[in-house]
Amino acid sequence: MTNHPAALHVRPAAPDDLPAIIALDREVTGLEKPEYWRDLYSRYGSRDDDRRCFLVAAIGGQVEGFVIGEVRAWEFGSPPCGWIFAIQVRPRCRLGGVGTRLFEAVRDRFRAAGVDRLRTMLARDNNVILSFFRSQGMMAGPFLELEMELDAQSGR
Amino acid sequence: MKLQKATTFALIAVLELAADPQAQPSVLEIAEKHGISAHHLAKVMRDLGRAGIVDAVRGVGGGYRFIGNPKRLTLMDIIDLFEPARPGRAANPGPEAAQALQRVLDEIDEHAAATFRSITLSTMLKLMRAPARA
Repeated sequence: MTNHPAALHVRPAAPDDLPAIIALDREVTGLEKPEYWRDLYSRYGSRDDDRRCFLVAAIGGQVEGFVIGEVRAWEFGSPPCGWIFAIQVRPRCRLGGVGTRLFEAVRDRFRAAGVDRLRTMLARDNNVILSFFRSQGMMAGPFLELEMELDAQSGR
Repeated sequence: MKLQKATTFALIAVLELAADPQAQPSVLEIAEKHGISAHHLAKVMRDLGRAGIVDAVRGVGGGYRFIGNPKRLTLMDIIDLFEPARPGRAANPGPEAAQALQRVLDEIDEHAAATFRSITLSTMLKLMRAPARA
């Protein structure tokens, strides 16, 4: 946990941040996905505006967290709303305000983009991130996610 | 997930105490405020004390105070103290209708459990202070 929240700086991600972002994701998930993060950066980081953003939180120049989100409209009939689809904070920096600063930054951008609702989706067993979003005031939304296995045998 | 009376009492009492960690209300005061059985609540408070969530303060003006970590303690942590262990998703040997119904009930339970696991006392205290949504 950091004891220096004042030194925390939230800013748009830059190409030079990618190695740190890939390493942070690897530290948290145990998987290295460089192509995935480069692709996300090309789609969300290189065209940073209020409707799509890729932000990093840095302490003393080191990336300790990041968030990615965008405004999406009319998916499943939903009016435009801001989606957060990735947020990550280095484990040793958690409960130090890094995630909250990232959340607030993306929320402010979405507000500036004219949307009044924030949405996300994550695994039911992801207690850490679920608890984080709950702590920010997020509640269950009006959608239910459904899925099925595509069984070649039954032809379904 | 249907909660037993003891579980609901425990959640109410813990939230009441966590909202003001300096206060040390008696069982009777908590019970009267929420219109619940003091006798039943007394037993619940002893269980919460054994779990290290509340502490009994003896003597004049004594009562209970919250000693847990509100940022770590979730609603599910408290529920788990009072609800019997939930069976896993073992194959139900009953008729097909019962099996199908059980699958739906399991799905509902999994959503409920995930919700309870994701809400800390700290989040609940914020929710208690926030105006209700329309």
